[in-house]
Amino acid sequence: MARTVWDSSVGKKTVMAVSGLVMLAYLVVHMLGNLKIFFGAGEFDHYAHWLRTIGEPFMHYEWTLWVVRVVLVAAVVAHAVSAYQLSRRDIKARPSKYVHKKPRTSYATRTMRWGGIILGLFIVWHILDLTTGTVHPGGFQSGHPYQNVIDTFSTWYGNAVYIVAMLALGLHVRHGFWSAAQTLGVGSRTRDRALKATANLLALVLTVGFISVPVGVMTGVVS
Amino acid sequence: MKLTLRVWRQKNADAEGAMSTYEVDGISKDMSFLEMLDTLNEELILKGEDPVAFDHDCREGICGACSLVINGDAHGPERTTTCQLHMRSFQDGDTIDVEPWRASAFPVVKDLVVDRSAFDRIIQAGGYITAPTGAAPEAHATPVPRPDADFAFEHAECIGCGACVAACPNGAAMLFTSAKINHLNVLPQGAPERESRVLDMVAQMDEEGFGGCTLTGECATACPKGIPLMSITGMNKEWLRATRKAGKK
Ligand code: HEM
Ligand code: SF4
Ligand code: FES
Repeated sequence: MARTVWDSSVGKKTVMAVSGLVMLAYLVVHMLGNLKIFFGAGEFDHYAHWLRTIGEPFMHYEWTLWVVRVVLVAAVVAHAVSAYQLSRRDIKARPSKYVHKKPRTSYATRTMRWGGIILGLFIVWHILDLTTGTVHPGGFQSGHPYQNVIDTFSTWYGNAVYIVAMLALGLHVRHGFWSAAQTLGVGSRTRDRALKATANLLALVLTVGFISVPVGVMTGVVS
Repeated sequence: MKLTLRVWRQKNADAEGAMSTYEVDGISKDMSFLEMLDTLNEELILKGEDPVAFDHDCREGICGACSLVINGDAHGPERTTTCQLHMRSFQDGDTIDVEPWRASAFPVVKDLVVDRSAFDRIIQAGGYITAPTGAAPEAHATPVPRPDADFAFEHAECIGCGACVAACPNGAAMLFTSAKINHLNVLPQGAPERESRVLDMVAQMDEEGFGGCTLTGECATACPKGIPLMSITGMNKEWLRATRKAGKK
């Protein structure tokens, strides 16, 4: 059955929808957790430490976190590979453009591919910046995420990269959430307005929630 | 009306094509778009030139033979077939671009004519029901609930014109394929092949080199018969259901 799903354009799109929704669910939790930064270094760093102890004593230190990481990497890879293969197929199916061009479809729809690439690059940078500290500005201190976040958002490029990526995320989720409902066959005429409203709300809440952190640092609310 | 037409001319499937410009005069607002092209062709024939090849048959909006992307819109600016589009939708002095359907699964045969036999093969893969032939069956033998009948009729309206493929930025045939699947899968007459129909037709659609759906909605906007975008959602649902059932066997 896995073969049938992966070999079919409809099946591959299902993989994309499910992996997208897994990432979306994670991002909602991630965004809410980030807001703890507004309660100060003590609470934020404590929260970050707690993330590593979830499931204890059944789970060992950081095990639950690693399970989440593995699931997320699988989701990112599945999503990106199916996006790439489906996009290749789509471009091949329509090689020659019309001479008479018209701007079409909503902005969110047209930016799914570019937005996705921006998100992919952002994910790599973000992990190298705040998880491994490889490209972190200033001295990266493991176990002190509050200070690390402030360091990143004290650079102009840290803010620029982050804010651009979060705007791309908002657009991606706006079209993506509703699309996933159609791909999974749960959309319907009666539910359409509710689905579109939920997609808009999710996009707005995620974008505003994530961007509030660099804005907090820039305005000195978080320091 | 006096018009400037820029028409895609291509000698045959292998030749390079290009837009050619023509002037036509004396066009009545009451002519259909195809009658306007007839007028152009009569002039071309009198001048000893090759007339523009385009598809048409019923000219009543029911057969699905006519095509043409007019000023970037499949079947032109109104939601109807090209044969039912009238010149009153245009202004005197307009320049109108006329192009063939564009998709790698619909190769150009000549000028504005494309080969849509990929659609026939999708239908052959499962767009039928198994029924005993002979005398018409008793109409009340198989009751169909009213909402199901309405749903089937709505999707049965597809005339197989291919405007959905032409309008889709991915050259996808999802709307066409989903219309047929929804039409037959909701009816008791279509039930015996409910699973194989959707699996085989989707597989054939992929096989023909059509693209996939990115939910842009261009197909449903272009469809002269108003097949809704949600039709694709319904096909996805049927496909997932059939795949789960096949997996259990
Ligand atoms: C690795 C980076 C990413 C790439 C390359 C990427 C690319 C894409 C592309 C090309 C599509 C299809 C667009 C369309 O149908 O028009 C898509 C859909 C989607 N994406 Fe992403 N994306 C990425 C990251 C994300 C993230 C972080 C999320 C989580 C919020 C997400 C959620 C979704 C959802 C829910 C869909 C809809 C699936 C469907 O249409 O059924 N994507 N993505
Ligand atoms: S779905 Fe609409 S546009 Fe597509 S082939 Fe059928 S009638 Fe034509
Ligand atoms: S010629 Fe039959 S639908 Fe236009």
